Amino acid sequence: MPPQASTVKIRDVNIKLHRAGKGEPVLFLHGAGGLMQWLPFFDALADGYELLVPEHPGFGASDDPGFIRSVPDMAMFYLDFAEALDLRRVHLVGHSLGGWIAAEMLVRDRARFQSMTLLAPAGLRVEGVPAGDTFIWAPDEAIRNLFHDQRFAEALLALTPSEEQMDIALKNRFTATKLGWQPRWFDPDLEKWLHRVKLPALVVWGDDDKVMPPAYASLWRERLPDARLVMIEGSGHLPHVEKAEPVGRAVREFLKGAAR
Amino acid sequence: MKLISFHLMPYRQLDLEAAAKHRSAWVVLPNSLYDPVKGAEEYAAYIDFLVDCERLGFDGIGVNEHHQNAYGMMPAPNLIASALIQRTKTVKIAVLGRALPIVNDPVFIAEEYSMLDNLSKGRVICGFVRGIGAEYHSTGINPYFSHERFHEAHDLIIKAWTQPGPFSFDGQHFNRRYVNLWPRPYQTPHPPIWIPSQGSSETVQWAAHPDRKYPFLVTFSSSDLVTRYLNAYRDQARQYGYEPSEGQFGWACPVYVAETDERARQEAGRAIETLFNNFLRMPVEMLIPPGYTSQSSMKNFFKMRTAVGGRVNDADYLIGSGTALIGSPKTVRARIEEMRDKTGLGILLPMFQFGILSDELARRNIELFAAEVMPHLKK
Repeated sequence: MPPQASTVKIRDVNIKLHRAGKGEPVLFLHGAGGLMQWLPFFDALADGYELLVPEHPGFGASDDPGFIRSVPDMAMFYLDFAEALDLRRVHLVGHSLGGWIAAEMLVRDRARFQSMTLLAPAGLRVEGVPAGDTFIWAPDEAIRNLFHDQRFAEALLALTPSEEQMDIALKNRFTATKLGWQPRWFDPDLEKWLHRVKLPALVVWGDDDKVMPPAYASLWRERLPDARLVMIEGSGHLPHVEKAEPVGRAVREFLKGAAR
Repeated sequence: MKLISFHLMPYRQLDLEAAAKHRSAWVVLPNSLYDPVKGAEEYAAYIDFLVDCERLGFDGIGVNEHHQNAYGMMPAPNLIASALIQRTKTVKIAVLGRALPIVNDPVFIAEEYSMLDNLSKGRVICGFVRGIGAEYHSTGINPYFSHERFHEAHDLIIKAWTQPGPFSFDGQHFNRRYVNLWPRPYQTPHPPIWIPSQGSSETVQWAAHPDRKYPFLVTFSSSDLVTRYLNAYRDQARQYGYEPSEGQFGWACPVYVAETDERARQEAGRAIETLFNNFLRMPVEMLIPPGYTSQSSMKNFFKMRTAVGGRVNDADYLIGSGTALIGSPKTVRARIEEMRDKTGLGILLPMFQFGILSDELARRNIELFAAEVMPHLKK
């Protein structure tokens, strides 16, 4: 089913929201690159669920409110979002930055949620294992470093973005900088509260992730009270893109089992 | 015209071939390429050079701050300024400048400037800058908040210098229960503040504001751009409803004079190329991280860069564009006078040593400038 786009207003902030499917809600939070296109992985999630994919404040076609200055602010905003839309029994899925936002939400208030799926999330630090420096990489280098299979990178690099797409990419990059530059892609206060996420959790990681090193995966599994880890062979930082089919299957199986 | 002899203190002993293998001479250049024995000699030579500027008749000597690079060995310019104060009597000491956003407590900057002002009995000129983009990679300070932090730090420093302490300061980035400066600055109400800049419109608007009227120094740009930026400042001042004085217009650039244009080109050509192509080489991601400039400025920059293509900064281009003043005393003097006529320039900050330029050539350069160019500018 093709996605429907609309604009919802949450506390005076206009949010571009894409929806597809029917069923229990699945809220997908995108990564720092923004939502550049509708993915096959989304179709997998929309089958039997109502999938909601908002563009974060400061990203894409959404407003960029000055009061959001950090990922914890973003998390509070999405708790408002879930309340405003009266979402219940939500399966929360987040990729990278979106995974970080998801974890920050659920350590604060998990009342409206029933599971958490994290795809290569940011948010924690493993001492001595720095994340990839996405801010210093050249644009083509950054795209190559997203993938294990360089054919994905080649396909992206072959595209000529429109002026509008370039504007959005720049806007996304500014907001990603605001949220992720310092401390670099993590919140020093998050790890000690992860036991508060008392929900079934799935952590998915590509074994060749050059942005968030796979060494971070086991820390997430250890700190979350009820987490399963799935390592995806032959994938970089976008396992749901590079290995859409097996990742889609693993997430659907998890959601089915997690339903209360 | 005021003349401030300005120095970057590059690490000339850098193995340029080895350095070229790295992303930049900044941030990620391995410090195993720095030899402290050679570096110590560089410091000694550069300090002697600056001290001698007093005898040669300069109004001031200038140093500046950059971090984790081979381009300038002054992460703490106040230390050099302090050494210069002890070895000079009358010359102004300009620190151009301290990078306000990248510290976590701007009161330290207020204190250190205030100490220098006392130590020199009022000879200090305080530059305020944001640092270049690479500084945000080196220090980890978030460039998205660069402007906010700069303005807030500025307000805190001015208040610390001018308001009776103790007082409290409540900011977004900086918070202090007690601000109470000991020592207070020697000059009243505070030392002069100068703003070195690459010409961003945000900085022009802010520096030219009637509450501030800070001298605006355009650094390392082609003469077309220097003209444009200085005139933008003048236009802005007029929009604010006042006529700026010549002391509000400054230009910092590499200068080299020799007996003839050809000889100057021959002696300084390679050195000026190393300044721009080796010591200042960095990718755009380092130079302007997101938020360091506005989204629209950044977009324009990308467009411009595409238009210009991968231009090599060779000596012909650098001389031809007026980015560096290299030639006979007559040529260099004409270029400066032309800039004065076009912009009302009142402060020139020539840099007589740049890139790998040797002590011997730098000294010949500055002495010839002092003898044959300076008297005309001082008239």
